[in-house]
Amino acid sequence: MTKKPIQITEVCLRDGSHTVAHQFTVEQVRNVTRALDDAGMHYIEVSHGDGLGGSTVQYGKSLVNEMELIEAAVDECTNSKVAVLLIPGIGTMSELKQAHKLGAKLVRVATHSTEADVSAQHISQARELGMEALGFLMMAHSVPVDKLVEQAKLMESYGAQAVYVTDSAGALLPHQVSERIKALRGSLDIEVGFHAHNNLSLAVANTLAAIEEGATRIDGAVRCLGAGAGNTQTEVLLAVMDRMGMDVGIDLYKMMDLAEDIVGPLIPGTQEIKKGSLALGYAGVYSSFLLHSERAAARFGLDPRDILMELGKMKVVGGQEDMILDVAAELAKKEKVRV
Amino acid sequence: MEKIKAAIIGSGNIGTDLMYKLERSDVIELTAVIGIEPESDGLKRAKERGYQAFSTGIQAIIDHPELADIVFDATSAKAHIHHAEVLKKLGKLAIDLTPAAIGPFFSPAVSSDEKSRELDNVNMITCGGQATIPIVHAVNKVADVTYGEIVATISSLSAGPGTRANIDEFTITTRRGIEEVGGADQGKALIILNPADPPILMRDTIYCEVKNMDEKAIQESIENMVETVKEYVPGYRLKQAPLFEGNVVTVFVEVEGAGDYFPEYAGNLDIMTAAATRVAEDFARSMLEKKSLI
Repeated sequence: MTKKPIQITEVCLRDGSHTVAHQFTVEQVRNVTRALDDAGMHYIEVSHGDGLGGSTVQYGKSLVNEMELIEAAVDECTNSKVAVLLIPGIGTMSELKQAHKLGAKLVRVATHSTEADVSAQHISQARELGMEALGFLMMAHSVPVDKLVEQAKLMESYGAQAVYVTDSAGALLPHQVSERIKALRGSLDIEVGFHAHNNLSLAVANTLAAIEEGATRIDGAVRCLGAGAGNTQTEVLLAVMDRMGMDVGIDLYKMMDLAEDIVGPLIPGTQEIKKGSLALGYAGVYSSFLLHSERAAARFGLDPRDILMELGKMKVVGGQEDMILDVAAELAKKEKVRV
Repeated sequence: MEKIKAAIIGSGNIGTDLMYKLERSDVIELTAVIGIEPESDGLKRAKERGYQAFSTGIQAIIDHPELADIVFDATSAKAHIHHAEVLKKLGKLAIDLTPAAIGPFFSPAVSSDEKSRELDNVNMITCGGQATIPIVHAVNKVADVTYGEIVATISSLSAGPGTRANIDEFTITTRRGIEEVGGADQGKALIILNPADPPILMRDTIYCEVKNMDEKAIQESIENMVETVKEYVPGYRLKQAPLFEGNVVTVFVEVEGAGDYFPEYAGNLDIMTAAATRVAEDFARSMLEKKSLI
C-alpha cells in the first residue's frame, strides 16, 4: 500500500457534456484541451456524458461524434493524457478500441456500485490493449461500505489499476467519504480514487476528506462544469491543495485563466446550486437526471423536485433516464385525478 | 401424440426456467438437462422432475445423440460457438438462447421467411430484444422507423453470470435484431441492471424515430402487437399509453414473468424461454408433419 503521487483528471469535457446537452464542438474541445495541457493537467476525459456510445435518444444525442472530439483532444495534448469513460451496457469494446486507436490512454470502466462484475470483460481487454484501466463505482452513497469494498475487490481482480468511489448523486457527507476511502485503502493493493458532485456544496470538502484518507486519483471540473451542480471545482481544489502544501505540478494561474476565459463562456446557465441540483443531492439521484427532469417537468406541468424525489424513492440507478418520462407521466396522471 | 425429443444445455437461470416451460409442451418431450456443475440448482431440479441430468457439457450430446433432435443452448455466447459446430455435425436443430447470433434471428411475434427454410441453428436474439423488437416492428409497419433505440432494465437478481459476462454481446446482438427483425434503418440497445429490493419487474423503453408520424395508426399497431406477444407471454403489457413528440414515439412496456423458476419480477427470463419454446414448437410441428408423410 505504498502511496503514489496525486493525479488529477479534468472531467469538464465529459461530465460537462451533460450540462451542455452533449453539444460540444471540435473547436471548444480543442481550446479547452490546449489550455489544460498547457497548464499541466494530468488527464483530460473526453466522451459523451454517459460514456462511449452514450449518444442516444435516452441520454441526448451528441452534436459531434465523440470520436472526433477524442481525436481533436489527443491532437492538442503534448503532456496531458486523454481519458475516456465506458459504461458497460451502454458502450462496448468496439467503441473502446476505436478510442484507443485514436490515442486515448486511460479508460474508466463504470458500473453501479453493486454490479462490478459486468466490467470484467472491459477492464481486462483494456489492459490487453495497453491502456490504463480504472474502475468507477457509481452511486457509491447507495450501498454500505462492506458492499463497496467487495465490489472494488472484484474490479481489482479483473485488472483495474485503481477504483474510484464515485459520488454520482453528490449525496455523500464528508465522514461517509472518509469511511469509504479508508475501507478501500485497507483492502486493496491498487490506488483509490474519488469523484464528487457539488449538489450539497461539499465537493471540495469531500475531496479533501478523500485525499486525507489516501485517495490519489482525483476528479475535478473547471468552473464546476459537470452534471447537476457540477464536480469539484478544479481550480479551487488546486488553490486549496496549494495552501495545504500539496504540489501536483499544475499551474494554478493558468487554470484560473482558462476557467475564466475559455470554460466559463461554455456554460449555458449557471452551475450555482439551485433547487434542482440541491434536490439531486438531497434525494440521492444521479446528477445527469437534472436537465431531463426539468424538461419533463415543463412538458407535464410539474415541479422537477417531485420527479426527483420520486426517482430517489424508486432507487433508480445511473442510466435510467427513461424512468423520468415514465414517472412524470404517472405523476401528471395523478395530478389530473386530484384536480 | 408423438413428440419431438429435446435437451437443454445450460443449467443456469434461463435453462432451468426453460425446463418448466417445456414440461407443458404438447409437441416437445424434454429428455435431459445438461450442465457443467454437478451441484447446480438447475441439475438438481432436473433430476427431481425426472429428467436425465448430465454435468459433462456438450459431451453428453456427443455420447448420447439419441437424447434429442432439438437442443436448446442456454450457456453463453462464447460456449455456443463451439456447441453450434458440434450440433451441426450431429444433425441437431440448435435453438440458441445466447447472444452468439450464429443462426438467423427469431421472434415469434414477427413472422419470418426463414421458417420455410431448412435450418440447423436459430437464434433467439436476447431477452431485451424479445421484449422490444416486436414493438419496433409494429411501429415500422405503419410509420417507417429510421432509428430504433431500446432500453432494457432488469433486476440485478435475474441477471446470471452468463448475462453479465456477455453484456457487449447483449447490446450488439439486440441492436442487430432491432435492424434485421424490427426493421429500423439503424438500431441501438442499452441494458441496465437495477439492484433495488424488492426487485423491479423487467421494464423496457422503446424509442422510434419515424418518417410518417400517424399517431392513431401507430397506437393501434402497437396495441395489436402487445396482444400477439401476450399469447405466449401473458405478463407482457404497456406500462402506459405511447408518448408522441416531434418524430419520436416512446413506448414503455413491462414484463411480468410466469414465475416458473424465478419469481414474477424476472420477466426477462420468462420472455426468452417462452419465445424459445414457441419457436421450437413450430419447428417440432413441421418435423412431426414430415415424419407422418414418410
